Amino acid sequence: MLMEFNAVYVIVAREFKKFVRERSRLFSAIARPLLWLFIVGAGMSRLVPRDTGVPYTQFIFPGIIGMTILFSSMFSSISIIWDKEFGFMKEILVAPVSRLSIVVGKALSGTIVSTIQALIILAFFPVIGFKLGFLQIIAVTFICASVSFCISAFGIVLASFYESYESFSVIMNFIIMPMFFLSGAMYPVKFLPAVLRLVAKLNPLTYGIDVMKHAIFPHETGSMGPDFSIMRSVLVIILASAAFVLIAGKAFERKG
Amino acid sequence: MPIIRVEHLVKRFNGVTAVNDINFEVEEGTIFGFLGPNGAGKTTTINILCTLLSPTSGRTFIAGHDCQRESSDVRKAIGIVFQDTTLDKDLTAYENLIFHAYLYAVPKREIKGRVDDVLKFVDLYERRNDLVKKFSGGMKRKLEVARGLIHRPRVLFLDEPTLGLDPQSRTNLWEFITELPEKHNVTIFMTTHYMEEAEVCDSIAVIDNGKIISVGTPEELKKTVGGDVVSLTTMDNEQAKEEIENSFNLNVSEKDGVLYMTCSKGDTCIPEIIRTLGEKVVSVRIERPTLNDVFLKLTGKTIREEETASEDTIRESIRAYRRRHQ
Repeated sequence: MLMEFNAVYVIVAREFKKFVRERSRLFSAIARPLLWLFIVGAGMSRLVPRDTGVPYTQFIFPGIIGMTILFSSMFSSISIIWDKEFGFMKEILVAPVSRLSIVVGKALSGTIVSTIQALIILAFFPVIGFKLGFLQIIAVTFICASVSFCISAFGIVLASFYESYESFSVIMNFIIMPMFFLSGAMYPVKFLPAVLRLVAKLNPLTYGIDVMKHAIFPHETGSMGPDFSIMRSVLVIILASAAFVLIAGKAFERKG
Repeated sequence: MPIIRVEHLVKRFNGVTAVNDINFEVEEGTIFGFLGPNGAGKTTTINILCTLLSPTSGRTFIAGHDCQRESSDVRKAIGIVFQDTTLDKDLTAYENLIFHAYLYAVPKREIKGRVDDVLKFVDLYERRNDLVKKFSGGMKRKLEVARGLIHRPRVLFLDEPTLGLDPQSRTNLWEFITELPEKHNVTIFMTTHYMEEAEVCDSIAVIDNGKIISVGTPEELKKTVGGDVVSLTTMDNEQAKEEIENSFNLNVSEKDGVLYMTCSKGDTCIPEIIRTLGEKVVSVRIERPTLNDVFLKLTGKTIREEETASEDTIRESIRAYRRRHQ
């Protein structure tokens, strides 16, 4: 047991060290959501009627935090493909630790790195006119960590199926971008056409952003408010996280 | 009891047989060499032994543990240096080793001591805080060997440890590998396709097309070639040839004024020949068979010594290119 704990710890420590070392990566990771928030958000808000309840720039705020989590968690997990290609994964795989610990270690790495980034974005709340209480901030922090874990675990499942980095653009264009657009980040899920709405309901990020909406504007019940009940969203995130970890653990046990 | 035992090991990939029913044993504390051309099945065998690959059939044991069923025990007992480097280039040498120590649950209070020891052993202590990407190929390989020793494995696998290294680092690395069994109480299992490197092994298995075609010490293997070639020039070749053939029952051939004969033990054979021929002898030369000759005799071809290092370099640069343009 101690052995497994050591393994999880050191996998996280490695990732964190590299994260701290590559500060330029952090800046570009923060720049993306800010561009969406202040440029796309500002532009789009002119198209959205003002009487819908939450102003548009405020409406997308939970979604932009979700986007930060989506990108940084996925990138962190997809680094497994790098590790495979550059051989470091072998060093981990021949070690006497359970495959589940490797997955948990990787997922926690993604969790820490992307929660930090999400919190940096969250710190912009006064700029767009929010008043968040202390409890709300604690709640959002907690939600960010859970959603980060879930998305990181999902990324590990993906990474376990890809061997080379060529697949990166495939993942970027066919998984990460659609996950962002169909997550309720930029528009409520309930406004989507039926087929897209179905896809959005299969997207774990949708529920993550939904819980965040519950926490950030708890009194909004209109069309711009959350799409699902808080219970349902929380449950989906927990179950999805567990499922992804188990699937990834199995996937890493596969041998040629 | 042998520390590694392989029984009827078979591995097929989509119908292609990479390893075809091989059997061998390795004694504890020895250096065992797996010798064969590229694609002979060496790396596949290593991957099965170190639990990264499942065999199609057959069984393998390390330190008494079944590599398939008790993979965790096997993993604890082995250290591996793969053909391609498996270091994290964005971490320092020290950090790579600490990572390894944690992964193998080295007791906390021993970590620093052990890491410092192996770093000193490979002469990289002064460079411990440099990022690995600044290291040369030889330094990386040494660091990997050092890393493989931190958790005190009973068997250390070295898959083509000198591939892509310049001659100087190669010699350097070999000196240090041959010290390992004694200094670190470890059995070495190495693969190579460089004949001269296999000379340091206590025993060698020659593998070709997935089959082991011969096992023995380097000396034993060389004996199968038929002994040393003695070449002789004399004042009167014709008479000398006759005398040798009559008194030693050896087959003597003459080419360009030089007499050639193969004796099982050249060093004891020569004095006798000289005694018989007396002052007629002008010069003597003895050539010992090399493992190349062994391989040639066993397979009818020379080992394909094409330098895969250049391929590796190309692959590395493609990766680097992709990384920049992602």
